[in-house]
Amino acid sequence: MDSELRTLALRLEALLGSDRVVTDPVRLRTYDCDGLANHRATPGIVVLPGSAEQVAAIVRACVAAGVPYVARGSGTGLSGGALPRADGVLIVTARMRRIVELDVPNRRAVVEPGVINLDVSRAARPHGLYFAPDPSSQQICSVGGNVAENSGGAHCLKYGFTAHHVLACEIVTPDGELVELAAGDPGYDLLGVFVGAEGTLGVTTKITVRLTRLPETVRTLLAAFGSVEAGGAAVSAIIAAGVVPAAIEMMDALSIEAAEAAVRCSYPPGAGAVLIVELDGPGPEVAAQFADVERMCRDAGAFEVRVAAGDAERALIWKGRKSAFAAVGRISPAYLVQDGVIPRTALPRVLARIDELSAESGVRVANVFHAGDGNLHPLVLFDDAEEGAAERAETVSGAILDLCIEHGGSITGEHGVGVDKARYMPRMFSDTDLDTMQMVRCGFDPAGLCNPGKVFPTPRLCGEVPGFRKGPHPFEGKADIF
Amino acid sequence: MRPLDSLAKVCGDVRPGEPAEGVLGVVPSLVAAPRTVAEAADVMRVAAELELSVVPRGAETRLDWGAPPRRCDLLVDTYRLDALVEHVSGDLVVKAQAGMPLDRLGETLADHGQRLALDVPLPGSTVGGTIATGAAGPLRSLYGTPRDLIIGLTIVRADGRVARSGGKVVKNVAGYDLGRLFCGSFGTLGLIVEATFRLHPLPAARAWVTRAVGGPDEAYEAVQSVLHSPVAPSAVEYLSPGVVGVLLEGVPEGVSARAQQTTDLLGGEARTSESAPQGWGEYPVGTTLIDVTAPPTALSPMLTVLENVPGAGEPVTVTWSGSGNGHVGLPAGLAPAEAAGVLTALRAVLARYRGVAVVRYAPRDVRDELDFWGPVPPMALMRRVKDQFDPDHRLSPGRFVGGI
Repeated sequence: MDSELRTLALRLEALLGSDRVVTDPVRLRTYDCDGLANHRATPGIVVLPGSAEQVAAIVRACVAAGVPYVARGSGTGLSGGALPRADGVLIVTARMRRIVELDVPNRRAVVEPGVINLDVSRAARPHGLYFAPDPSSQQICSVGGNVAENSGGAHCLKYGFTAHHVLACEIVTPDGELVELAAGDPGYDLLGVFVGAEGTLGVTTKITVRLTRLPETVRTLLAAFGSVEAGGAAVSAIIAAGVVPAAIEMMDALSIEAAEAAVRCSYPPGAGAVLIVELDGPGPEVAAQFADVERMCRDAGAFEVRVAAGDAERALIWKGRKSAFAAVGRISPAYLVQDGVIPRTALPRVLARIDELSAESGVRVANVFHAGDGNLHPLVLFDDAEEGAAERAETVSGAILDLCIEHGGSITGEHGVGVDKARYMPRMFSDTDLDTMQMVRCGFDPAGLCNPGKVFPTPRLCGEVPGFRKGPHPFEGKADIF
Repeated sequence: MRPLDSLAKVCGDVRPGEPAEGVLGVVPSLVAAPRTVAEAADVMRVAAELELSVVPRGAETRLDWGAPPRRCDLLVDTYRLDALVEHVSGDLVVKAQAGMPLDRLGETLADHGQRLALDVPLPGSTVGGTIATGAAGPLRSLYGTPRDLIIGLTIVRADGRVARSGGKVVKNVAGYDLGRLFCGSFGTLGLIVEATFRLHPLPAARAWVTRAVGGPDEAYEAVQSVLHSPVAPSAVEYLSPGVVGVLLEGVPEGVSARAQQTTDLLGGEARTSESAPQGWGEYPVGTTLIDVTAPPTALSPMLTVLENVPGAGEPVTVTWSGSGNGHVGLPAGLAPAEAAGVLTALRAVLARYRGVAVVRYAPRDVRDELDFWGPVPPMALMRRVKDQFDPDHRLSPGRFVGGI
């Protein structure tokens, strides 16, 4: 550790107590990556604050020392957004896990940033409420992380993203000031831009979330098709009919094979694609629409439709889908996951092109996707023991992202840009677009110490902020110009 | 060269401003109406070179909101920028230019069985103006406000450069979401030229269940009974002097069953209708409009304060959305000092719930007595964001919080 960091560590120990400051190299290494393990850096110092005031003190100490800092929740991110800095401080929110308030009449909860996503719903459920954003990692991911990444989940098609369910965030600004940003407050919607800024605009210390009324009815079906095209046709028909399902998920033959090998989910044999459709809401609404959805699946060529008779059967249907990522390990030694988004209507063309890319390169691609909103999770398979395989997989992976951009989509639907996709940002946005986004960053963090190196491929020089230009009014003395 | 001539070189429609075009009384020296995004960018670039202050104008439905500009050298009128850029019905997204009236957009979308789930409280209002003021109506309970529906935004910066954020897919976390930042920014960060929204299917059926309520507590109980039930309303509104209305949307058999459930919840004399109750989706009557954001439990104490306003010949009127947002209309007869007193009392009661009240518009004499915005704790941060986007403070100067 260099002397600058050592001095800072002593200062932090004085502020927080030595049990909240980690400098032991072995312990530091446990924080060297988030959910995306191919980016690693051992943090210089790890701190485990217990309160907002302590977070503010940490940020102020970092600023005074000119040391960068990164906030981390549960470390489940999939874009390296919480990748630490070897020359910096990692602020871990694991000891800020209190549900501060559960306000049932107002359908909201106030939580600390380290609170686990699912724990909010667990606390609210007895009151008929839940926290709607449900990323696949919801059993371990933190609400603070959800705020940073604007997390979605399988049900965001109907219920929206974290940004739609956060009413206020108390944050420590990059100045070290504690301030609350709330929806509906006078002035700029800073909360709106803060949520999803991947922790580059400040550190969240308290979150007020909206709780959603539990639906009266949930119904789920699984439909098996001969091909992905047929499944895609069913999705189009459902959307065109004006149905807004809680979720529509699709898996192709290769990802079904993987899921089968891993969890024996017993999906219909011989399926080229399976579709999971879930509807929720008031009983009579769901009943009417569910019958339509079932019919539309059959019309599109489904050779088998299974309707979950209860929670256990629903869980079984979801089991294959939820295990798909991990399951790919059964059929391939290594893989890359992408998170591109395309307009739903481009699905057949894009999937056909991914098939071609796979055939041309000899790289296998398994497809799991949120079909309702066009969010693809192609799993690009490779053998890391084979020379050049990783590079070939990387090339295919990049080509898939290009394909998404070409069709008017996005390089990331829910995993975030982080360090992993920053280099792809210029393919989606112009220099001016990126420069304009970074004006916000310069406003919040002109020193560039708050989670630097994420989201944007090149930082904007914030420069001196020019003051109000005090010159003569341009029309002064020219009143006769008209 | 005169500013008019410089602008006329890049824009086909530039002319001196008329006295009737004043923005809260501040008459623009010039008015430009660009026809394309490129033309709008050129206008903004020339305005930057000439150091002109710029105020955007849509359909003027909310031009009297906020504070008057300190200067208005150039009014940029977006009425020619009214194209529907792209509507892919299968993707449930639409991209429209800023000057497109929401009513017209709604008609086009309805032909495809879709809608932008935003009410239009003021007919004629445009895409750009609705974003700039963050305006919404009763549907906000379920669908939110413009910030929740905007998925892509194109702006012209103060320096004339065109910048985009978001895109045309609903699920997208690439880069900062400037769409949300621009919602409610009152023209102080840049000129909004195009926006992309997510759409929703038009419901096949809808019904309003309404019930008269006797006082603040009864109003609150009625709203709560619906909010904490499984009927999944699209909107729950309180409308003074004493009606609670619930909007149900969905398939016909679902809506009729839920209407019956809602009637049972509200009890007694609740009635179901296929048309909206009077005043639904409109701002309350009055010459001063106050926007309130507060948790649902603030409804009853807020109504109690507003019921007993001294000096008001006409009653204070209130609309309140169950999700925690409302509007208060103060009658014309209220003297400026009395209006200020109501605002202070309202803020005091809301503060107990961490609620806020922001004045949208008021007659000139009342305006001078009111603190439009109330306390703004993150003011320093807001100034710094403003300074980045508009370092010379030329965009709608003075229209927004803290004199921004």
